[in-house]
Amino acid sequence: MEQIKSAAVLDKNIKECTAIIDAKLKGEGGKRAVLICGGTGCLANNSDEILHEFEKQIKEHGLEKKISVNHVGCFGFCSQGPFVKIFPEDTLYHTVKVSDVKQIVEDDLINGKICENLLYVDPATKQKVVRQDDINFYKKQLRVALHGCSVINPDLLEESLGYDGFKALKKVLTEMTPQQVIDEVLASGIRGRGGAGFPTGKKWQFAANQKSEIKYVVCNGDEGDPGAFMDRSILEGNPFEVIEGMMIAGYAFGAHEGYFYVRAEYPVAVERLLRAIKDMEAVGLLGDHILGTDFSFRAHLRLGAGAFVCGEETALLNSIEGKRGMPRPRPPFPAIKGLWGKPTCVNNVETLAQIPYIIRVGATEYAKIGTVGSKGTKVFALGGKINNVGLVEVPMGTTLRTLIFDIGGGIPNGKKFKAIQTGGPSGGCLTEKDLDTPIDYDSLIAKGSMMGSGGAIVMDEDNCMVDVAHFYMDFICSESCGKCSPCRIGTKRLYEMLTQVTNGQATPKTLEDMRALANVIKGGSLCALGQTAANPILSTMNNFPDEYQAHVVDKKCPAHVCKKLMQYVIDPVKCKKCSKCARNCPVNCISGVPGKEPYVIDQSKCIKCGTCLAGCPFGAISKR
Amino acid sequence: MAIKPEVRKGVEAICAEYSKEPSPLMMILSKIQKEYGYIPLEVQEIVSAKTGIPVAEIYGVVTFYSFFSLEPKGKYVLGICLGTACYVKSSQQILDKFEQLLGIKAGQTTPDGLFTIEAIRCMGACALAPAMSVNGKVYPKVTPDEVNKIIAEYKAMEVNA
Repeated sequence: MEQIKSAAVLDKNIKECTAIIDAKLKGEGGKRAVLICGGTGCLANNSDEILHEFEKQIKEHGLEKKISVNHVGCFGFCSQGPFVKIFPEDTLYHTVKVSDVKQIVEDDLINGKICENLLYVDPATKQKVVRQDDINFYKKQLRVALHGCSVINPDLLEESLGYDGFKALKKVLTEMTPQQVIDEVLASGIRGRGGAGFPTGKKWQFAANQKSEIKYVVCNGDEGDPGAFMDRSILEGNPFEVIEGMMIAGYAFGAHEGYFYVRAEYPVAVERLLRAIKDMEAVGLLGDHILGTDFSFRAHLRLGAGAFVCGEETALLNSIEGKRGMPRPRPPFPAIKGLWGKPTCVNNVETLAQIPYIIRVGATEYAKIGTVGSKGTKVFALGGKINNVGLVEVPMGTTLRTLIFDIGGGIPNGKKFKAIQTGGPSGGCLTEKDLDTPIDYDSLIAKGSMMGSGGAIVMDEDNCMVDVAHFYMDFICSESCGKCSPCRIGTKRLYEMLTQVTNGQATPKTLEDMRALANVIKGGSLCALGQTAANPILSTMNNFPDEYQAHVVDKKCPAHVCKKLMQYVIDPVKCKKCSKCARNCPVNCISGVPGKEPYVIDQSKCIKCGTCLAGCPFGAISKR
Repeated sequence: MAIKPEVRKGVEAICAEYSKEPSPLMMILSKIQKEYGYIPLEVQEIVSAKTGIPVAEIYGVVTFYSFFSLEPKGKYVLGICLGTACYVKSSQQILDKFEQLLGIKAGQTTPDGLFTIEAIRCMGACALAPAMSVNGKVYPKVTPDEVNKIIAEYKAMEVNA
């Protein structure tokens, strides 16, 4: 690619690349394009091999000039992946296997016949759906942060340029003063997508007000919330958009260096981000005098090393500085004294991904999306006991019911919805009564949870809420950095008390103590990790008092999850005396006589592994 | 433990590679972990000599982050995802089964140096829950019954190797 050293050259490139992408998606000249999901979820389901198989077969048929094949970012509908999309017809095939490639090539690509067996079938209507936009999962979504994901090839700067990339950068560098950019972002009403929801424009203004030659933009891609993969998918699907957002931030408050801090667990995102930075440097979109202006900017990448607390902005800064990832007291806030003591804005990946859109369409247009206090869209990683597991972007104000039942397709296997956990280990659970709550920062806090970074885990009747709280406490306990005692010691004690509850050793006094201690940790911790550490416990205690009571008073786990409080039993009437359970039992605690005497489990030896229940052909074994 | 000369050379080269970066310790340690699989005290001493950072500080960083390890890991690292999405789909049972069959706990390595079990915090493959990985290769929707097969698969590779 040529050097892009002026706005005019950028314009020319944008025009040319847009024409190329348009032609590709519209199938001009009888050409066709095959887009294959290259997100981590689909890659784990062999989408790499699928890509190679397409390339191989297209070559064998001598169709390389007529048909292009490439990876794109996450389609979002991860439970139905890997996806293959054919343009210009816009046909979407789901759960494609390597062995399906032959059929797609021969039937569709050569003979123009849609492969009916690979189309998505709407579970409600049983109708086959050809186009992506006609699938219910996508109907109520709005892609802003995910712009270009699943359309552009994330490895090619040209495709980004052809799909709105760097239009916003050009606009700010040629038409706007830094203060105008800040004002625009303030007016858009966007709040940080990392969890706390601090207005992004305000943060930038604080940093802009600081007089310093050196300032930094830091992009927080340390997505530690287990079950959340929004930032990863954005970085994998359109890394250019995030870099562009970072550059606009730098221009707005006077930073010339940016640091990406990304989890080491995300190798694909890291690789694509690095390539994007390199390619932008090569054409001069990163470096000195960008587009011939006085604005210079460089982007760097730092990897996390598996510490949840590094998602906290001051801990993250320490980690970049090569120290233990422990939070710093605030004030001074990073905007005043951040990375290496210089004014620094730490913005989440998703926040930065929204910035180019805000600049392109304008603050007024952007502010039309969402609610009064929460503008724009939010990406959620919908997971757990839900039919349509995946990545979802909805306008703020969408209700939880819409998210779970319309988009998420409800709960699998006819089970009953029990709770949805938002905000991960710092958040809380919301139940049936909260389903009509609009999703925005303030409503979720009012209901005892929080927006968080976007993890949304659905639980059904088979999940024990005490066990879920226990799980989160285990997580927080091992991820506490140890700096302040309420968090370091308090979470450990809370974990021990919760263990007593799940073991049936707790008394009503234990529950009182837990609540008291939870409030101490909340009030006495330095950073958000500690301040929110008790949320999962308090929220499950408030929403499911009966379940706690059952564990403490009746010594029962109503969902049959807590091992010490449940038993596997064999119904002697249903038992066909086949001996399968006894043969499968790893500790030989099941006895009986084949064909003669029904089998019985020795509860004193049983390790509650569940192998017998899973293997019984007659449904004679149940949990009690 | 004596450090082999070629390892010393390699570690020194890694230190030199990042010498121009501001605060390079994390980058150096990440690279050493990636190249050699662990960062024992002797290696930390080399890093200290090269960078001027006290060993105590380096040790503090190595032990803080779960990615860095003081001991070598097994040939096959079994990462069982305990992220929330996997946990609510019973990934704890998968972990239990591995621990039971291999006779070690999460974080430990089998005496033959073949397997290390790690409880990992979400690899973002939530649609494949419960998921696990072996040296980075992801296994989707694992059932307790498959645990035996997965172990056997890698043991067989050893026999055939």
